Amino acid sequence: MIHFPHSTALSPTIGVHVSPPILEVRHLVKTYPGATPVTAVNGVSLAVPEGICFGLLGPNGAGKTTSIEIMEGILGATSGEVFYRGEPIGRRFKEEAGILFQKTALQDFLTVRQSLNMFRGLYSRGMDVDEVIKLCALDKLEKRDTRKLSGGQQQRLLLAIALVNDPALLFLDEPTTGLDPQARRNFWELVQSIKARKKTIILTTHYMEEAELLCDEIAIMDRGRVIAQGTPRALLREHFDEVLLELPKQEFPAAARELPLKLIETSDRVEITTNDLDGTLRKLMDAHIPLKDLRIRPPNLEDLFLELTGKELRA
Amino acid sequence: MIQRLLSVFHARNLEFIRDRGTMIFVLILPIAMILGMSFVFGGKERPLFKVGVLTQVVDTKAHPFLSERFVDFVAVKDSSDAVHKVSRHALDLLVDLKQQPVRYWVNPTSPKGYIIEKLLLQSDPMAHREPVSGDAVPYVNWLLPGILGMNLMFSCIFGVGYVVLRYRKNGFLKRLNATPLTAFEFLTAQVMSRLVLTMLVTSLLYIGIATLIRFHSMGNPFLLILLLFMGSLSMIALGLTIAARFASEELVSGLLNLLTWPMMLLSGVWFSLEGSPEWVQWVAKIFPLTHVLDAARAIMLDGAGISAIAPDLLYLAITAVAFLAFGAWSFRWRVE
Repeated sequence: MIHFPHSTALSPTIGVHVSPPILEVRHLVKTYPGATPVTAVNGVSLAVPEGICFGLLGPNGAGKTTSIEIMEGILGATSGEVFYRGEPIGRRFKEEAGILFQKTALQDFLTVRQSLNMFRGLYSRGMDVDEVIKLCALDKLEKRDTRKLSGGQQQRLLLAIALVNDPALLFLDEPTTGLDPQARRNFWELVQSIKARKKTIILTTHYMEEAELLCDEIAIMDRGRVIAQGTPRALLREHFDEVLLELPKQEFPAAARELPLKLIETSDRVEITTNDLDGTLRKLMDAHIPLKDLRIRPPNLEDLFLELTGKELRA
Repeated sequence: MIQRLLSVFHARNLEFIRDRGTMIFVLILPIAMILGMSFVFGGKERPLFKVGVLTQVVDTKAHPFLSERFVDFVAVKDSSDAVHKVSRHALDLLVDLKQQPVRYWVNPTSPKGYIIEKLLLQSDPMAHREPVSGDAVPYVNWLLPGILGMNLMFSCIFGVGYVVLRYRKNGFLKRLNATPLTAFEFLTAQVMSRLVLTMLVTSLLYIGIATLIRFHSMGNPFLLILLLFMGSLSMIALGLTIAARFASEELVSGLLNLLTWPMMLLSGVWFSLEGSPEWVQWVAKIFPLTHVLDAARAIMLDGAGISAIAPDLLYLAITAVAFLAFGAWSFRWRVE
């Protein structure tokens, strides 16, 4: 039986930047000195329009976290500039930005509400703590010691802390890494509700599904550089004019590898990309390849990611 | 089992050896401590007792008592000042060999005074004991400021040092750095929090112990509170200078020990430095704790006023400002 996929519903995209960038990065370079200096970020330039969710994707070591930490103003760049609403980042940026780091510890012995109150006190303006608690579904946890929260609850609290100043710009650095599927989906819903409030979000993630669901625009980084940038739909259109056929590897005989097809083998399956679906199916049937587990789907962000950054494991 | 044990053993050794700062410090600290202590407390014979002799120059042949070993005989000229020092445990005994029979002054509550008196009477059974003028200060009363001061020192230096280190290691400081909070605001909040807590705890301890041992301070309690404030501030700031940038528990722990141990030994917590070499007393004067204890004893035991302890307060204020400025300058939000 041939499985036709669900349509891959991409988020509404913004094709043309109508609003001025809320954050702009110009020629960012970060080199860590040492016996063998490491250039983690090598000439990154980006412009993030206001009101969108901007995804920064890339394999491990691509320079995402270094870039985002420079944008957040907590790490100095070797060279290059970061502008928030046209001004170099400074006090106004810190007042108006919310940040959720990959890993953050909180003060011991404080409850959820006390932690939120503490962070709320650091800003001159912001949301009411009760409102943040409600928004992040922390109502039932507000009196709980923060050390006793589960991974998902902890992330919701950290998101609440990032929102406590009612930020215009929200950084989410791999926010769902390590969460179980339920907690991850719950977190995505939260992010979507924040998007609905017209906040600008800069998100880094390893999960292409997450980027596809949440991001209006993405930049893919590799080896310290931005190698592609645009809306997911535009990037997919730019890099793929084909559909993708997937077959289990054990059902694909060695002889069939000689067929004139664009094949990519992974550990457990064979992927065929083609812009002539009928012709390709005919060739497979002529080669007597069983098609009962064939899957046909349009390329997605993961395919784009692998296409651009390669499939080999990074050292 | 052996393989598992060796694996962990090997990994931990590598971790320790590759932490260069800690490694160097672990090697240097004991050597520095040994050298320092042998320098301070070493010498041919380390005296156990300190005896004031009312004379211009101490001549060991003038009396058999003066040839006793392990006794530091110090020439004193002003008898009333020397008697006062006996009452304050700064001298274990005062002797006037010019008189016949020999006269001596000893604080009846002093443990060292008790022993050295026996030695004197052994060499001169006719020696005559004179009453110590004014109230003799019991050793426990003399010790009280020392114990409270030591507690204050540990609470201030370790309390702030370790907390900031933990915040930096677990990323809490990094998170705070992403807010409008400035380093100055953060450090000031830490100092204020520890200051209030330390002053409260020390005050409660003082009231509790003083009630227990029936001790009544001779001086103005508000002056004591001012001294407590200045002393705490100086030592909290000192703790911050260490915690300002490092992220290794072992290194910070070593540095904090390097600060606190000499203070505990040389600031006069347990014994007076009266009669010790001048340079030792000079070194001791560098430590904030010395000024806290000198001023606290002056207020509590002698009823000293603000003019008498003003130099100590000024020193504590200067060191507090200097340490805070250095701590703020060298402060790092995150592990580099």
